[in-house]
Amino acid sequence: MIKINNSGPIDRVLFYILVPAFLINLYLIFVWSPVEKVMGDVQKIFYFHVGSAWVAFLAFCVVGFYSVLTLIKPKMERFIYAGISAEIGVLFTTLALLTGMIWGRASWNTWWTWEPRLITTLILWFIYVAYLFVRKMEGSWEKIAKLSSVFGIIGVINVPIVFMATRWWNTKLHPVVFGEGKDQTGGGMEPEMLATMFFSIFTITVLYVFLLRKGAQIEKMREVIKKAKTNIINKIAS
Amino acid sequence: MKELETMLELKNVTKVLGNKLILRNISLSLGEGETLAVVGPNGAGKSTFFKCTVGLLQPSGGEIILDGEIIKKKSVAVKKKIGFLGHESFLYSNLTPFENLKFYGKLYKVSDLEHKSMNLLKEVGLYLFRDVPIRSFSRGMIQRLAIARVLLAEPNILMLDEPHTGLDQEAVALLNKIIKEKQKNGKSILIISHDFEQVHTLADRVAILKKGVIVDTIQLDGKMSLNEMKEWYDKVVMGG
Amino acid sequence: MITILTDALTIAAKDLRNEFKTKQTFSMMAIFAVLVILVFSFAFDPTNNAVKAVIPGLVWVITIFAGILGLNRSFTSELENDCLTGLRSGPIDATSIYLGKVLANFTIVTLVQIISIPVLFILFNYRFTGSYFWFILILFAGTLGFIIVGTFLSALSANAKNSEMLLPVLLLPLLSPLMIAAVQAMRAALENENLENAVSWLQLMSAYDLLFFAACLLLFEFIMEGS
Repeated sequence: MIKINNSGPIDRVLFYILVPAFLINLYLIFVWSPVEKVMGDVQKIFYFHVGSAWVAFLAFCVVGFYSVLTLIKPKMERFIYAGISAEIGVLFTTLALLTGMIWGRASWNTWWTWEPRLITTLILWFIYVAYLFVRKMEGSWEKIAKLSSVFGIIGVINVPIVFMATRWWNTKLHPVVFGEGKDQTGGGMEPEMLATMFFSIFTITVLYVFLLRKGAQIEKMREVIKKAKTNIINKIAS
Repeated sequence: MKELETMLELKNVTKVLGNKLILRNISLSLGEGETLAVVGPNGAGKSTFFKCTVGLLQPSGGEIILDGEIIKKKSVAVKKKIGFLGHESFLYSNLTPFENLKFYGKLYKVSDLEHKSMNLLKEVGLYLFRDVPIRSFSRGMIQRLAIARVLLAEPNILMLDEPHTGLDQEAVALLNKIIKEKQKNGKSILIISHDFEQVHTLADRVAILKKGVIVDTIQLDGKMSLNEMKEWYDKVVMGG
Repeated sequence: MITILTDALTIAAKDLRNEFKTKQTFSMMAIFAVLVILVFSFAFDPTNNAVKAVIPGLVWVITIFAGILGLNRSFTSELENDCLTGLRSGPIDATSIYLGKVLANFTIVTLVQIISIPVLFILFNYRFTGSYFWFILILFAGTLGFIIVGTFLSALSANAKNSEMLLPVLLLPLLSPLMIAAVQAMRAALENENLENAVSWLQLMSAYDLLFFAACLLLFEFIMEGS
C-alpha cells in the first residue's frame, strides 16, 4: 500500500526558504557580486553553471543511494525517489552542459572543449538517459525496480572513473590521480564571487530537494490512481 | 495405513507481485510417493504458485520445505532433487538430444552420464535421433526429450507444469506411462493442469486454487469418477 | 566455489558448441567487423600517412561494434525454448551463468579480433612496429572489460522487447573510461614510445576490469531473479 503522506509542513518550509533565497540569489549574482574584469557580464552564468552541475552529480548520488536501498528491500517509495531524482538530474545535467558551453564560447571562443569536467557531465547525461530507458521497460514494477537499480549502481560506480580517465587523458602527461589539473575556477576569485557561488549552490540544492519531494508525491498519486482504476476495471469485468 | 513421509511442504506461503497479493497463506503438503494435482481457473495464481515451489520465485512470506530443507535463494543443492518439466522444453535447438542431455547432466552432476543418457534416449524412443540437432524435431519429440531431461537427474520430486498441453496421443501415453512408473517407484509428483481427464487418471489428491487460496482438496484414491470430480470442481469454483 | 567454476565452464562450452554448430553469429560478427573497416577506409583515405593515427581507435571501434552484435544474442538466444528458466531452476549459482557467458563471449570476440585486426592492418597498409607483448596485453585487458560489462548489460537488456536497441545505449556510456584508456594505451604501444604511459593506462584498465567484474558478479543474481 502506498501512503501519500501530506507532509505539508516540510514542503511549506522548503517553499518559504526557496522563494526568498532565489530572489536573494538573483540579487547577489546580478547586482552584488562584482563584474569579472576579463569576461564581463557573461561570467554571471558561472553561478548557475556550478549550481546545476553540483545538483546533477548530487542527484545521481541520490539515484545510487535509492538503488542500493531498493535492492536491499524493494519498496515502491524508494523506486519512485530514484526515478524522480534521475529525471531532475537529466534537467540539471542539461542545464550544466548548456551553461558550460556558453561559458566556453565566451571564455575560450569555442562551444565545446574536451575538458574533463565537461566530458564527465556529458557522459553522466547519457547514463541518466540510459537509466530512464531501463525504467521504461515493460514488466512488473518489482522487476523494473531491480533492473534499474542494478544499472543505477553500475552507473554511479562509473562516474568517478570517467572523471579520472578524462583528466588523465586531458593532461596527456604522466597520470596524476590527486591534485588539481588545469584550474579554471578556483584561483583569482574575489570573496564576493565565492560567497555568491556558495549561495547559488545552496539555493539550487534546495530547489532540487523541493522538486524531488513534489515529484515523488505526484508519482505516488499517479500510482494510487492507477491502482484505483484497475480495481474499478476488475470490478466491472467480474 | 502407514503415515507418509512429507516430501514437500508449504507453510503459509504468500506472494505479493507488484501491488497484488497473488498467493495468500497457502499451506499444503505432499507425501512421499503421493501425486497431487493443483487445478483452478485462469488467473488463480497457479503459475506463480508453481514458480515458488520450483524455486524460481522467492515467496514474500512463509516457507517452502523440500525433503526437510527450506528452499531459499541460495540453496542450490536442494534444486537437484526437483525435476521440473515446464511449458517450454528448456532445450537448445542447435544441439543434438545427446548433447542437450549431457549439458544438463553435467550441471546436475549426474554420475555415469553417457550410459544413463543413452538409456533414457532409448526409453523415450529418441535413440535413433540422438545425433540430429533438435531444431528439426516435432513438438512431441521435443517434449519426449524434455521428459528425458527431467528424469536424467533422478529427482525425488517431479513438478509438472501443464505437461499434457500440446501433446499428441502417443506422447500423452508415453508421459503417463513414465509418470505411473515413477509413482510406483515412490516418487512424489506435483502436477498443475487444466486437463481433468489426465488429472483424474494420475492424481491421488486434487487441490483447487482460486484467487490465490487453496479453497478445497479432495482425495481421489480411484473411488471418485471423473464426472463426480468435475461436479465437485464446478461447485467449488462457482460457489462462494 | 569450484562447482561455480566447473558449471561456468560447462555453460561456456555449451554456448560455444551451440554457436559453432551454425557459426551464424560468429560469421556475422566477422563480416560486420570487416565491413566497418571498409567504411572507415572510405571515410579516411588509407593511403594518407596521417591515417596511422586513427589505427588504435579503429581497433576498438571494430571490437565494440562487432562485439555488440554477439552480445545481443548472448542472452536472447537463451529465451528460445525458455532455456534461461531451465538454467535458473537448475542446481547452479547465478554467478556461474554469468561467468560462463563471459567466457563464451570473450572467446568469440577474441576470434573475431584475430580475423579482423590483421584485415585492418592490411587494408590500411599498416606496418606493425610496436611491441607484440604490450599490444596483446592491452587488447586482452580492454576486450575483457568490454565483455564483463557487455555481458552483464546484455542480460539486463534481454528483459526488454527492444533489447538490440537498448544494449548499445546502456553499454557505450559505461565503456567510455575503458575506451579512453584502451585507445591511449594502444597508441603508446603501437607507436612504441613512452611505454611508461602505456603501463599507467593499463593500470587504469585493470582497475576498471576488476571493479566492474566484482560489481557485476555481485549484482548479477538480481537480474536473474525475475518476477
